[in-house]
Amino acid sequence: MTFIKSTFRHPELPTNELGFTRQYYEGVLSTLCAGCGHDSISAAIVMAAFEANIEPHKVAKLSGIGCSSKTPAYFLVNSHGFNTVHGRMPSVATGANMANRDLQYIGISGDGDTASIGMGQFVHATRRNLNILYIVENNGCYGLTKGQDSATADRGSHSKKGAPSPYEGIDLCALALQLGATFVARSFSGDKHQLIPLIKAALKHKGFAFIDVISPCVTFNNNPGSTKGYEHVRDHLAATNTIDFVPERKELTTEYAEGSTQQVTLHDGSVMALHKVDKNYDVSNKSAVSMSLLDYSERGEILTGLLYHDEESQDLHQSLGTTDVPLNTLKESDLCPGGDALNKLNQGLR
Amino acid sequence: MNNVTAVNDLVIRFANVNGTGSASANDLFAKSLFRMGLPVSPKNIFPSNIQGLPTWYEVRVSDKGYLGRRLNVDMMISVNPQSMEKDIKDVRSGGYFVYDNTKPLAQSWFRDDVTFIGLPLTRLCLENYSDPRQQQLFKNIIYVGALSALLDIEFDVITDIIKEKFASKEKLIPPNILALELGRDFAKANYACPSTLRVERRDMIGDKILIDGNSAAALGAVYAGATVAAWYPITPSTSCVDAFGAYCKQYREDAEDGKKNYAIVQAEDELAAIGMVVGAMWNGARAFTATSGPGVSLMSEFLGLAYYAEVPVVLFNIQRTGPSTGMPTRTQQSDVIACAYASHGDTKHVLLFPSTPKECFDMAAESFDLAEQLQTPVIMLSDLDLGMNDWISEPFAWDDQREYKRGKVLNAEQLDELTERWGRYNDTDGDGIPWRTIPGTHPTKGSYFTRGASRDEYAVYTEDSAAYKRNVDRLALKWETAKTLVLEAEFRLAATNTRIGLMYFGTTENAALEAADRLAADDVVVDLCRIRSFPFTAAIEEFVGEHDLVFVAEQNRDAQMRTLLINELEVPPQQLAAVLNYDGMPITAGNICEQVHEYFATNEKSAAG
Ligand SMILES: Cc1ncc(C[n+]2csc(CCOP(=O)(O)OP(=O)(O)O)c2C)c(N)n1
Ligand code: SF4
Ligand SMILES: [Mg+2]
Repeated sequence: MTFIKSTFRHPELPTNELGFTRQYYEGVLSTLCAGCGHDSISAAIVMAAFEANIEPHKVAKLSGIGCSSKTPAYFLVNSHGFNTVHGRMPSVATGANMANRDLQYIGISGDGDTASIGMGQFVHATRRNLNILYIVENNGCYGLTKGQDSATADRGSHSKKGAPSPYEGIDLCALALQLGATFVARSFSGDKHQLIPLIKAALKHKGFAFIDVISPCVTFNNNPGSTKGYEHVRDHLAATNTIDFVPERKELTTEYAEGSTQQVTLHDGSVMALHKVDKNYDVSNKSAVSMSLLDYSERGEILTGLLYHDEESQDLHQSLGTTDVPLNTLKESDLCPGGDALNKLNQGLR
Repeated sequence: MNNVTAVNDLVIRFANVNGTGSASANDLFAKSLFRMGLPVSPKNIFPSNIQGLPTWYEVRVSDKGYLGRRLNVDMMISVNPQSMEKDIKDVRSGGYFVYDNTKPLAQSWFRDDVTFIGLPLTRLCLENYSDPRQQQLFKNIIYVGALSALLDIEFDVITDIIKEKFASKEKLIPPNILALELGRDFAKANYACPSTLRVERRDMIGDKILIDGNSAAALGAVYAGATVAAWYPITPSTSCVDAFGAYCKQYREDAEDGKKNYAIVQAEDELAAIGMVVGAMWNGARAFTATSGPGVSLMSEFLGLAYYAEVPVVLFNIQRTGPSTGMPTRTQQSDVIACAYASHGDTKHVLLFPSTPKECFDMAAESFDLAEQLQTPVIMLSDLDLGMNDWISEPFAWDDQREYKRGKVLNAEQLDELTERWGRYNDTDGDGIPWRTIPGTHPTKGSYFTRGASRDEYAVYTEDSAAYKRNVDRLALKWETAKTLVLEAEFRLAATNTRIGLMYFGTTENAALEAADRLAADDVVVDLCRIRSFPFTAAIEEFVGEHDLVFVAEQNRDAQMRTLLINELEVPPQQLAAVLNYDGMPITAGNICEQVHEYFATNEKSAAG
């Protein structure tokens, strides 16, 4: 069954700089459970892409398998999408990115998709600093296969039908940081004020932009005793910062009090103004960020916001030294050395 | 002693130690025979470690043009004490054993039916070279010099190769030539030269080239416009991607800024390697991966996705001996079924079977056209023997008028001109192949959601049974179209009528052609068919139909190609007789003849009984 949304548009709906309405950034109607955190993330992506004036057809959205991985159908209907195989979206995204460096890549994954079956690919896409916005819609369980614990389930947390998890939960942000991700953030599907600017900034980042979004599964893991349910998350959120995203060409007009704000410039000249909750938190200091992540998790708190950003990010194309134009636009004349070169080569093999 | 006497019909085997620089001396030896106009087929027989274990290099010379392996070592060049005892046993009766006699050989190892030729390789090196590295390396060149005298190889031919090779490092020329002379002069002074084995110049090479199949395949990928290569190291495919990198460096880098018109990603495993190819091809670049059997197993899930989601993929499988790690540095043709039906569900893949470096080049290039025209994976099945050994081959050729066949891809103008709703999986042309679009083509038209889940003609998710069935039936229709696009088999019909056929593919060709000559001499006349592609073409089906009995020669235990023929063409199994070789060594003509004769012996016996 597919739901096509009503195409009726109010004539006076606000448009962005490209002349598109927000609805233009939507996808087909979601088939996820009502209240699923994943739908809020899709809505945040729609809003972020609209506000950041993204051209949808210049975006490729890719995913693995899972409820979370279904969501690329629910935003940016004018973008090509690819629902690949379980845990393997990073490799498909890597190949796609190699073929066309000019598109923007949005990778959507789940905690099962990334932290279990796809851990290897996640690790390596991260360390290559692939230019992609990589979102994990983290509900601590395998929604699509009916609620089994995932590897991000915290020790002692239990799902609706399950026993307390006896294993250490994987902190994907700590991991991404260690592996060389150049933009690391955590957020909560229920906090669009934090999430939308984070997505906007991540879209402008050149390199691996990782956002771990806690996204409760209302059907299998939203019960008391679960550390990924709405109530628990709300009660244990601790934000490092909130962001004002200032696009390129716009001036930073607001004055911020000394010490409470850190300005971070993105690759295209856009600026993130971080309103710091903790004055001493420095998003460019990797080892300090690492320590903070540990500290908060030991206290049972969920640290959110922009956790780490590397202004010197060099993406995979830069590491490989590929040409500036997308490889998929090169023509036969650019690529084929031709008959004469071959005859010469033959001569050397005689 | 009765020595084997032969001109231009020799098997010379070198017993070396892996990692001691013998490879370039051995290449020099083979190349000099090639330059004398003689068909040579060199083969490396090597262990799966890097240094220290025995390696062998075997060169066959045949002025009948036979390039397959043959048994019976006429002359063994032994510079490896570790394998010496066994190497002595491996020489045929009447043959020669050439060895380093700086240290005496154990008395008990001598055989009276073999001629022992001692060369003081170590001593000569110590006396003439001071650098310890050279003292080691030049042992190899000295034996090449000795062979020039023993086998009557034209000395100038060898020195010319040295001069060309070191044209840019001229100071290496004199010590190399000195080594050649030391060997030659010692042999001449101490042994009858030439021996009863010798070579003579012929004019059988023409404009042919000497190259390995993996380099050729890599070059084919460069010519076909592959821009993305993703891979994970595995013998014997590694040298293919290495060669791709080297050719790209030569042909695809900007002279000024060094920027690359290609991207090579060493993936974390084969799952990722093929995933990257899927992503790149989906996004409109030409991409490929190269691997061997274990890698194909890992790629299996993605091959199913690519088949079903209709994403072109190019995969070179350089086969080795399985199952599992098997003998990783030995050859086999044992991934036929694994590749033909790779993945879960109803899947079938287009396969190509090259048998020469020229064909590796051509088929590599063809793979991209076929994959994009058919929007499906294409797997080229080479093997270790073809991929990692040098072969005499027709020269490469490229028609500059040739255009890449990119298949049914809609561009922005075409999308604008469409009058009807476009459907990614809509078969508008009746050939089972729909039109696709590349991401980023058009702001509002042509976007769709690619998935491995069931969907309708418009790429809209559905679990409707009828829609699912329509889709997989269309894929079956596409398979019929593939039969008309793949490469035709090569037929060689005997001069006289016969009801017996011999089929083979890939590197089995060389032994099969030689076997056919020998069988004809024994009054068994066979028509020949070399399979070059899967799905099987109509002409292959006819060939099988026109013969009462068809031998299928191949290099695996389970007669995989025969199984495929029985399964796909619905041939009665008794009509196809298996001729098999699966010990990890390339198949020989002798082996094929033996099995054919044995078949007749058993079947006549049972007919009589
Ligand atoms: C190779 C393979 N193994 C198993 C599955 C079954 N499977 C589908 S989704 C899924 C788990 C998804 O969990 P997660 O990524 O956390 O997504 P969620 O549904 O929770 O959003 C599994 C195990 C599959 N599709 N493919
Ligand atoms: S099962 Fe859980 S994750 Fe899946 S759609 Fe329902 S609420 Fe969301
Ligand atoms: Mg999950």
